[in-house]
Amino acid sequence: MNKLLNVSSSPHVRSTDTTQSIMLDVAIAMLPAAAFGVFQFGMHALLVLIVTVAACVLSEFVFEKIAKRKNTIADMSAVVTGLILALNMPADIPLWIPVLGSIFAIIVVKQLYGGLGQNFMNPALAARCFLLISFTGKMSSFTLDGWSGATPLAVLKTGGSVDVAAMFIGKIPGTIGEVSVIALLIGAAYLVFKKIISLRIPVTYILTVAVFAFIFGQQDMNFVLAHICGGGLIFGAFFMATDYVTSPITPKGQIVFGILLGVLTGLFRLFGGSAEGVSYAIIISNLMVPLIERVTLPKAFGKEGK
Amino acid sequence: MGLATFKGGVHPYEGKELSENKPVQVLMPKGDMVYPMSQHIGAPATPLVAKGDKVLAGQKIGEASGFISANVICSVSGTVKAIEPRRVANGAMVNSIIVENDGEYTAVEGLGADRDPASLSKQEIRDIVKEAGIVGLGGAGFPTHVKLTPKDENAIEYILVNGAECEPYLTSDYRMMLEEPEKIVGGLNVILQLFDKAKGVIGIENNKPEAIKKLTELVKDEPRIEVCPLQTKYPQGGERSLINAITGRKVNSSMLPADAGCIVDNIDTVIAVYMAVCKTTPLMRRIVTVTGDAIANPQNYHVKIGTDFQELVDAAGGFKTQPEKLIAGGPMMGMALFDLNIPVTKTCSALTCFTKDEVAAYEETPCIRCGKCVSVCPSHIVPVKMMKAALKGDCEAFEKVNGMECMECGSCTYVCPAKRPLTQAFKEMRKTVAANRRKKA
Repeated sequence: MNKLLNVSSSPHVRSTDTTQSIMLDVAIAMLPAAAFGVFQFGMHALLVLIVTVAACVLSEFVFEKIAKRKNTIADMSAVVTGLILALNMPADIPLWIPVLGSIFAIIVVKQLYGGLGQNFMNPALAARCFLLISFTGKMSSFTLDGWSGATPLAVLKTGGSVDVAAMFIGKIPGTIGEVSVIALLIGAAYLVFKKIISLRIPVTYILTVAVFAFIFGQQDMNFVLAHICGGGLIFGAFFMATDYVTSPITPKGQIVFGILLGVLTGLFRLFGGSAEGVSYAIIISNLMVPLIERVTLPKAFGKEGK
Repeated sequence: MGLATFKGGVHPYEGKELSENKPVQVLMPKGDMVYPMSQHIGAPATPLVAKGDKVLAGQKIGEASGFISANVICSVSGTVKAIEPRRVANGAMVNSIIVENDGEYTAVEGLGADRDPASLSKQEIRDIVKEAGIVGLGGAGFPTHVKLTPKDENAIEYILVNGAECEPYLTSDYRMMLEEPEKIVGGLNVILQLFDKAKGVIGIENNKPEAIKKLTELVKDEPRIEVCPLQTKYPQGGERSLINAITGRKVNSSMLPADAGCIVDNIDTVIAVYMAVCKTTPLMRRIVTVTGDAIANPQNYHVKIGTDFQELVDAAGGFKTQPEKLIAGGPMMGMALFDLNIPVTKTCSALTCFTKDEVAAYEETPCIRCGKCVSVCPSHIVPVKMMKAALKGDCEAFEKVNGMECMECGSCTYVCPAKRPLTQAFKEMRKTVAANRRKKA
């Protein structure tokens, strides 16, 4: 024996999943929606995607350099944050806005709270809400085929009617990534298939919104479907509400979280001032996560009765 | 609904193809034999011999000191060379009897004589099992006579024989199920003789169809025994998981299997009971799988307890590549060795030799709260919360999140994408909490 052996406590084998491989899968799952956005809104959308992702990665790199922390850009989490933020942007947004959002997301929301795993709000969504409040006009003006138009949910709010089939495909004004339900569902199916996310949060979230819209809105299938397909609900439910760091880890907690998201989204949409509410519902629910987890700790095996 | 199983668990790479088709070979030791006095849970045995004494194969050389303790039997004939502390697989120094093997294997009188279990009373059977030094050979090493002496013998409804062998790479139980199934059934019948109200169930994972077929065929005329195929999933062979899969009952950390009407014994343990009761042969040997990608010829060996691990490696053709990690046992629950000059004890089911150490290949990164650990935990607890408490050394918080229900199976650590040493931290915490409890009591 000419070499020292490694000694460590069991187990001695590890699965091949890593943080990096999971983040990569999440990024891949967003590609159909991103591709649809570029196809529909044009090259400026692609520019927004590239610049936002680059800004997020660069912010992380620079901050960690200055703070003398370990460089973690290889874990791909900044890429995911960048993609989510970019997909939440109107296609013709001036590029400095998503860059500002990226810096806010990575440095203020993520790194200042301790980096990956420590942030209590979804960084991309917190940044989006920050931008929505700061630059309301630019952040909520959407154009499609050269025409500026209201989003389907804004049309519904003012009593108009919408074409649900167009919403399903994505032929509607909106942010780059939220418009095409079918593209988003393809990505979501990939995440579920790869066991990256469970269906608990997205399904309870979407169902709750549907029930809420049915009870407090109009008892009309078209209205309910529009609420499911519109306002970034599908994007939010599958890609943002399921963010590991800011959603409950307990199975029961995930259901409670989904219902809370649905109720808040319904309240904001039907009784609030704005037509949409997914982003706000998610970041507010993020704050409830520690509480939800505390009350939904699972019963240990063999201790169910106690 | 498919096969019987439990909720949670993982599917690590099985690695059984290396040795599953290798018939068990008898390995005759050449060098000195080392018999640690503590190869079981409970009080260490007391040496019955002194330096210079002649000893025989089958002779009791260590006496159980108390009820929860076990005798130690000499597996060769020769001379006692020394009684001194020696290193064992878990890293501890344990008082051991070292015997210079004369290579004759002269046995004590009567060794190997046939005995009809029907002529024995329940107490006689228990005494034979105790005298034979039998302990749980699956890994825990709990003295078998203690298991077979529950408070209320009529409350025992199931004798479960653990043939799950869910630990990756291990094939020793599998080979015994194929090669000596009569002894398994014979041993189980002896145990059933102790418990009038119990039925025997042999649980086998469905990645061993040959073993299921063989035993099912063998027990078809046994009214009190059946075979239960189990879903292949780690830790299916954990005591609590096995009881849950077969009977639907649940055992937590403050219960014994007997509290749920069950007694669980490993395949090799049942064979040991058969050998002791029906063949007058105490526990002197065990089946050891020598495997892993670093071993030239992976094999299953019939090894005399006390044999040096180095002899096993030599018999298996040595290392074909330089190993980075050697494990006494399997990769999920085995113990890493830093030296091969360690004796095979009653609980060593395998020697697994890896060219690459996967643990060292990965770097620990921050928890991303993915919840994989929660979904695989067979104890249905929340490793993330336990880790938080463990990192702070907060025993109270650790107990509050049911940390003591952890069975240290390693599933959470296996599945963690951030490669965090969860099980390792939990082992430390559980030890501390248990020590604190003893202090208070």
